Amino acid sequence: MQLIRIIGLNLFLAALFLFLSLLFFSDYTLTKEIFQSKVKQEHQQRLLPAFENIIDKTYPNTFVFANEIKNSIEEHNSAARNQQQWDQVIYDDYVGTLTKASTQGIVVDYTLLLFLLIFGGGTLGALLFILPKIGIEVPGIKNNNIFHDALNNRGWIGILLGTLLISFYILLYFYDAYVTNWIILVEPLKKLINPNGDSSQWFLYGFLYTFAVIVMGIRMLIKYRHSNYQMVRTASVMFFQLAIAFLLPEILVRINQPYFDFKNMWPLDYDFFDAWHINMLTQSDGSVGLFMFVWGITLFVVGVPVFVYFFGKRWYCSWVCGCGGLAETAGDSFRQLSDKSLKAWKVERWLIHAVLIFAVVMTGAVLYNFITGTNSIFGIDTYTYLRKPYGFFVGAIFSGVVGTGFYPLMGNRVWCRFGCPLAAYLGFVQRFKSRFRITTNGGQCISCGNCSTYCEMGIDVRWYAQRGQNIVRSSCVGCGVCSSVCPRGVLNLEVKEEEDRFGKPILIGNNGISLQK
Amino acid sequence: MSNIVIIGNGIAGVTVARHIRKRSSDNITIISSETEYFFSRTALMYVYMGHMKFDNTKPYEDWFWKKNKIDLVYDHVNAVDTQNDTLLCRSGKKITYDTLILATGSQPNKFGWPGQDLEGVQGLYSYQDLQLMEQNSKGIKKAVIVGGGLIGIEMAEMLLSRNIEVTFLVREKEFWSNVLPVQEAKLISDYVRSHHIDLKLETELLSIEDNGEGKVKSIITSKNESIDCQLVGLTVGVSPSIGFLKDSGIKTNRGILVNEFLQTNIGNVYAIGDCVERTYELSGRRNIEQVWYTGRMMGEVVAQTICGSPTRYEPGPWFNSAKFFDIEYQTYGNVGAQLNANESEFYWEHSSKKKAMHFIWDTASQVFVGINSFGIRLRHEKFDQWLRGKQSISYVLEHLPEANFDPEFSHKHEPEITQAFEKQFPHSPSLSLK
Ligand SMILES: Cc1cc2nc3c(=O)[nH]c(=O)nc-3n(C[C@H](O)[C@H](O)[C@H](O)COP(=O)(O)OP(=O)(O)OC[C@H]3O[C@@H](n4cnc5c(N)ncnc54)[C@H](O)[C@@H]3O)c2cc1C
Repeated sequence: MQLIRIIGLNLFLAALFLFLSLLFFSDYTLTKEIFQSKVKQEHQQRLLPAFENIIDKTYPNTFVFANEIKNSIEEHNSAARNQQQWDQVIYDDYVGTLTKASTQGIVVDYTLLLFLLIFGGGTLGALLFILPKIGIEVPGIKNNNIFHDALNNRGWIGILLGTLLISFYILLYFYDAYVTNWIILVEPLKKLINPNGDSSQWFLYGFLYTFAVIVMGIRMLIKYRHSNYQMVRTASVMFFQLAIAFLLPEILVRINQPYFDFKNMWPLDYDFFDAWHINMLTQSDGSVGLFMFVWGITLFVVGVPVFVYFFGKRWYCSWVCGCGGLAETAGDSFRQLSDKSLKAWKVERWLIHAVLIFAVVMTGAVLYNFITGTNSIFGIDTYTYLRKPYGFFVGAIFSGVVGTGFYPLMGNRVWCRFGCPLAAYLGFVQRFKSRFRITTNGGQCISCGNCSTYCEMGIDVRWYAQRGQNIVRSSCVGCGVCSSVCPRGVLNLEVKEEEDRFGKPILIGNNGISLQK
Repeated sequence: MSNIVIIGNGIAGVTVARHIRKRSSDNITIISSETEYFFSRTALMYVYMGHMKFDNTKPYEDWFWKKNKIDLVYDHVNAVDTQNDTLLCRSGKKITYDTLILATGSQPNKFGWPGQDLEGVQGLYSYQDLQLMEQNSKGIKKAVIVGGGLIGIEMAEMLLSRNIEVTFLVREKEFWSNVLPVQEAKLISDYVRSHHIDLKLETELLSIEDNGEGKVKSIITSKNESIDCQLVGLTVGVSPSIGFLKDSGIKTNRGILVNEFLQTNIGNVYAIGDCVERTYELSGRRNIEQVWYTGRMMGEVVAQTICGSPTRYEPGPWFNSAKFFDIEYQTYGNVGAQLNANESEFYWEHSSKKKAMHFIWDTASQVFVGINSFGIRLRHEKFDQWLRGKQSISYVLEHLPEANFDPEFSHKHEPEITQAFEKQFPHSPSLSLK
């Protein structure tokens, strides 16, 4: 059994290695035909001089090629700017399209084969590593050696993985042309779902994300096979990621409907109220787009308060949400790295509410502009000073680079805990108007600290449990792991009458003794 | 302002300090020679097994003590001079007190076996024992654990997590059958074996053999079997840690003797937690109770007394919990190893052999007296109410679903349990689950 696992691990690592090295595989030649077919008619004349010495030349890797293209366009643009010919400046992103079209070599010739080798081999390897656990270990909490492990305890593997993830996000968000080979790699899948579509960096991201959620979801299902709560919850995030977030929007596009993720919602989905988005939904053929627009609004106006009242914030954060889905599957191995200190809690409250305010102000301004047909509010240019910084700092850096890249360093819920404005909103409701709480069981707590250690949100659960007080915290995503790891059966996620849900801190014990707050 | 000094920073000492602080602004000092800060002894195993870091076992962050004006002294008290209200410390420091609270906990027992002081032989109680165990278990293949109690099984689980083979010597007929009724003891024994532990029942330790370099080489059992091993875990119970009180004038027997107010024979000296031996009876409770909860409750009680509202130590119905590998155990009320003559019992076991419940009640009055539960979590509050309210066994069975504390979506066994009960007791009135 152990041998099978080792083979699996090696297979997985080989697939990962192949995937990473793929970035260096192709060479690039921009032919005249490609140039003419990908560059707009009106731009061809302008760009041709700058492209003269690129065309028909073969480049050995994407970095040199993409830079050359970028520089050439930039050259043209700065010349235009210098001569104040503003209308001559080109804003189209040709770097990505031209790089993709100019790629040559085995990635293009054997795309499907490579796809199967990497993702088929990777899946097989991962499963060979994960599945034999069923035979080796009896069901139950198995956290042995987590803090001795270089992956789980910020050792060298953790740091390496963190570096990889951070680099990946930076490439994805800011240098997508460099990952062109990966984008080409997933093209066969894109064509399968949507024959008329073209794979892009966002399709690549969506696919990798879903892949991680599914494969690591299987790991989670096996790890917690003794707990129905954990299994149901994990199956739920796997379903929502695969069906609702990944496949459905692609299918919608295939049938000529707007791309729409039905489970995403404002303010996490911060471009929901962008003019282009509202227009896309409201001006699409038929009433589907309009329905989507109304659905999106209903979800956060009605859905959030109602569902949080009945089930707690968990209905979204650890059952439905994509960010939560990744955190609960791929991120499960890092939950113990969250900071439990009181100081971290203070930082959390400032930061997450600041982001919420930022999101509300930004959205307000964007909507105001949309309604009034203006570009600024109180003399401030909305796009430059609100919408763009939000997209960059919150959308890309916080939720992506830091939120996921830092999994192996700061735990799997950095974004959800410190940054997500939707989590802040859900949290408000959970804290002030909900039937949800984590109940502690009389006097049984032995203060061991497993609950706090494994709380991904950094809640010091033990602090409540050892004084016999219910846990009602806005940040709690209801993952239920505190209850799972408790060795004395002290913690339970419950929905009950709202009254008394905070509970008096009482420990069952000596007659006539009760704790004062 | 009065000086309150506490010896011992375990759950007992820390609880009393916190509760006094809530009610008064007296000076509070806690002395301990084990660790600088309070940690949870119950979590020692998780540190060894890599579930937690040692830092995670500290229930309060390090700034907590200063903020709450609780002085911590990291020193050992060698003697107590009750004439002059002074403590003599190892460092030479003298500390005076107005009120002294002894919360010194326990020490692992050793019964004078030949070889018990060899390198590689150890108990598991303190932080130092944990460090020793790290050292002693480095690179070894085989260990023997002597004594089938809760710490013994924890130690077995710890060693298994490092792939060390474990032989477990247990004096009783089944694992922990001096505490558990035979049905449960057997269930757990079987479960222990399924983890590839060599469980040797009705077997005691005779001697520990030297490898010639002062290290353990093997042990000899009461059945004259020799077992090679590189580590011997002695987990044959603990005794109150009271050696330093010898000439203090504080009365001790096995533990420090206290009255209902947890006061010793010296008026301004109290004792709480593991180190205490009660001089008065409490029904259903032993005179020395070495569990976490006792330390906590006694701490709460003495704090009230010291802060001016004298309170008796009157713990409610007994409760406890443990975990045997993956099987959780909870108990409420009194379930003895042997059924008392006046009692009846009902035992249910799930086909998985990982879940079981054992109910005990008074035959004549039908009053419920206690339950053992394995693999099913129960609500403390409910059982506390039912035990105090002297509910009948049928009431308890009918209301069992209310006391279920398992996570959502867990399989519910109450119908099966009540059906089994009705089958076994066909003459009792039929039950309807509430
Ligand atoms: C491995 C293990 C697991 C356990 N698991 C459980 C469990 O699951 N449930 C449960 O109910 N109980 C459990 N127990 C028992 C429980 O931990 C004890 O009952 C409890 O910790 C006792 O608390 P205490 O405050 O009385 O004493 P301690 O926690 O022993 O604290 C006493 C402190 O005083 C110090 N001290 C003693 N003498 C001196 C001196 N002269 N000068 C200075 N310092 C001194 C000691 O070094 C020690 O630090 C477990 C015990 C062990 C060892």
